Amino acid sequence: MRLHTYPLAGCCHLSPCGFCILLENICGALESESEAKADGETASDSESRVEAVTQPPSADDTPEVLNRALSNLSSRWKNWWVRGILTLAMIAFFFIIIYLGPMVLMMIVMCVQIKCFHEIITIGYNVYHSYDLPWFRTLSWYFLLCVNYFFYGETVTDYFFTLVQREEPLRILSKYHRFISFTLYLTGFCMFVLSLVKKHYRLQFYMFGWTHVTLLIVVTQSHLVIHNLFEGMIWFIVPISCVICNDIMAYMFGFFFGRTPLIKLSPKKTWEGFIGGFFATVVFGLLLSYVMSGYRCFVCPVEYNNDTNSFTVDCEPSGLFRLQEYNIPGVIQSIIGWDFANTIPGHGGIMDRFDCQYLMATFVNVYIASFIRGPNPSKLVQQFLTLRPDQQLHIFNTLKSHLTDKGMLTAATEDK
Amino acid sequence: MWELRHRGGGGPGPGGEAASPPREGEAAGGDHETESTSDKETDIDDRYGDLDSRTDSDIPEIPPSLDRTPEILKKALSGLSSRWKNWWIRGILTLTMISLFFLIIYMGSFMLMLLVLSIQVKCFHEIITIGYRVYHSYDLPWFRTLSWYFLLCVNYFFYGETVADYFATFVQREEQLQFLIRYHRFISFALYLAGFCMFVLSLVKKHYRLQFYMFAWTHVTLLITVTQSHLVIQNLFEGMIWFLVPISSVICNDITAYIFGFFFGRTPLIKLSPKKTWEGFIGGFFSTVIFGFIAAYVLSKYQYFVCPVEYRSDVNSFVTECEPSELFQLQSYSLPPFLKAVLRRETVSMYPFQIHSIALSTFASLIGPFGGFFASGFKRAFKIKDFANTIPGHGGIMDRFDCQYLMATFVHVYITSFIRGPNPSKVLQQLLVLQPEQQLNIYKTLKTHLTEKGILQPTLKV
Repeated sequence: MRLHTYPLAGCCHLSPCGFCILLENICGALESESEAKADGETASDSESRVEAVTQPPSADDTPEVLNRALSNLSSRWKNWWVRGILTLAMIAFFFIIIYLGPMVLMMIVMCVQIKCFHEIITIGYNVYHSYDLPWFRTLSWYFLLCVNYFFYGETVTDYFFTLVQREEPLRILSKYHRFISFTLYLTGFCMFVLSLVKKHYRLQFYMFGWTHVTLLIVVTQSHLVIHNLFEGMIWFIVPISCVICNDIMAYMFGFFFGRTPLIKLSPKKTWEGFIGGFFATVVFGLLLSYVMSGYRCFVCPVEYNNDTNSFTVDCEPSGLFRLQEYNIPGVIQSIIGWDFANTIPGHGGIMDRFDCQYLMATFVNVYIASFIRGPNPSKLVQQFLTLRPDQQLHIFNTLKSHLTDKGMLTAATEDK
Repeated sequence: MWELRHRGGGGPGPGGEAASPPREGEAAGGDHETESTSDKETDIDDRYGDLDSRTDSDIPEIPPSLDRTPEILKKALSGLSSRWKNWWIRGILTLTMISLFFLIIYMGSFMLMLLVLSIQVKCFHEIITIGYRVYHSYDLPWFRTLSWYFLLCVNYFFYGETVADYFATFVQREEQLQFLIRYHRFISFALYLAGFCMFVLSLVKKHYRLQFYMFAWTHVTLLITVTQSHLVIQNLFEGMIWFLVPISSVICNDITAYIFGFFFGRTPLIKLSPKKTWEGFIGGFFSTVIFGFIAAYVLSKYQYFVCPVEYRSDVNSFVTECEPSELFQLQSYSLPPFLKAVLRRETVSMYPFQIHSIALSTFASLIGPFGGFFASGFKRAFKIKDFANTIPGHGGIMDRFDCQYLMATFVHVYITSFIRGPNPSKVLQQLLVLQPEQQLNIYKTLKTHLTEKGILQPTLKV
């Protein structure tokens, strides 16, 4: 039983969701069919197929240290131990990164994104045997760069507005940002068209499509992750930990109680694991939110302070993160037998079976945009200031009548 | 490149065309289904593996669809020789399309929007159908439903984002619409997720790879067709001139490049499209710039074309009435010296928009053809002559719109970068969504700003 034969799962290792499992299955099918056909086939075809299809199993990456330490255990438990130790190492690493702050987290997200992109593109090369297509590796990385430039430009301009306005070259770059990004993308597109070679049209189009779908999946999600991060580290940590916890809990419940298979696609998943994981994750999420909501460094949006030229997470926690009283319905009171006077409003833990991180990031972003925060007031003011005077006046009057209707604006407050 | 396997006529090849359903009627090309594979599943997947990695020359052609020329035309032109007959059919259809276009412009922006929407749906259908033919995947479980469902979701998302802005007044009145607008992103995401989950649940053991291909094919098609069409509609709402001038520039470039190539063509332009020539390219460039310049001049005079489209609640319809912005007001420009001598005038009065139209026409003639080359490469890659046979003589809708593909994005990016700022109604809408305290703060900031600028007269209160 191999530990990790396919280069795919670096990013998905923590959460082997259906999508990643499926890709692994396809690669597994490729490899197993090569093994099955290696005997009894005519020479040329089987040879070429074996050559074509076999991805050499990656060398066993377990460090020598671990190998020696566990050499006396049986193979099955050794596997458990290796997985366990690696999991703990990753979680510890995660904690260290959190301690180092939002900028480092952003760098880590970007590195993970680049590695995921590289892995998926490499699978594409292996599937299509297209490693030597003219220009194609360059073009894939170029497109990755373009799309990242576009997204980072949009994000950075929003959050670092004052910094950007101060520096002249940055100001011009941000003003014409969309145009510059589009020009860069167009250059790549024209290079692609010019690189089309007579015998390999279809292959080149496949790789073009593969690159774009990969970009859609990997880059947009990672940017939504960074958006969430800027809302407050808790919006980054709680969802990711919930998915990790769900995976671990579902695995444990399945291991101990698993009986009914869940879906034909992943024969090892069971309904018991699914439901047990659900409840465990909800509880975990509630507890984690309770713990984290107490600390400003997790709860406050990340801001760039021009005076100190650094990032600060200092603010007055919003209503979401202040203790409030909730009345427990009588049913639950009688069950629990006591009365929680204080509970913290939390939104973590309800997100469960949106399994892989990549759907999670989108969901959190959409959730925040829809239910938590509205548009950014300072950004609105900036936009307002770029409008024409008659449009400004129109908006101002509409706002005024709206506020007066609501009773917020009286003659007294107007005078101030 | 050892990876690309060359199929000799001789040896038995794993699962070739002979095994595929005969409905396509393709030539078997010497492939023999002689092996008996124990595992049917790997066989099917392997067949598509072959499909991917063979060189293009081994892929058989997809036979063209039936000829759809109407009987009338056929009878009327039965006397002419075949070559001229083709010319006449193309010519008549071109004129028909152009007059249809004018008719719809006359009917207004709403009809134009519907036209763009139906073209988008038809383009999507054509590209998806090509995918089915290439992969023989017409009978995949659920897949046709899922493709149309994803199209619906993405359209719902985009229409909700763009159209809701423009119908702000209409929307404020209805309660249900308010709810839909407020949670629009969430609803769209939920709909998309439902489709995604249906896809995962519909994965069938023998067809994994195929289903993933079709999933990716659908998404790339959506990316191409739906986003472009929505940018077109956003340009349209800026003012019909931003819709008409770019599109007619691209059409003009096609026609003039063809004519110049026909009469003067000698040096081939690119291996991908052997019929294109440098003479056609350069001639087309100059004539398109001149055409754009003149068209901009003509259209800038009318408010109907120049004003942003607005929805007026009192009249319950779209109106295009406004004070034309500076772009569309005649201004005098002093000519550079060499032009002064030629034209014997000191200044010339023209619309600033005409200068922008030069930029648009330049893009249409220089980069627009790359969209055409892309579509040519696509057709060559999948060995199809035309995308479909919707328009007799011209092929499918995609054949007509392949050059437009990049133009819409460019115009949108151009407008947002150089022409207009943010949309006022959107700013207002976002303001009204804020918390009351934030609204009050903003109100005070705005008031100070406007008073400083002298736009708002400070009112004296007792």
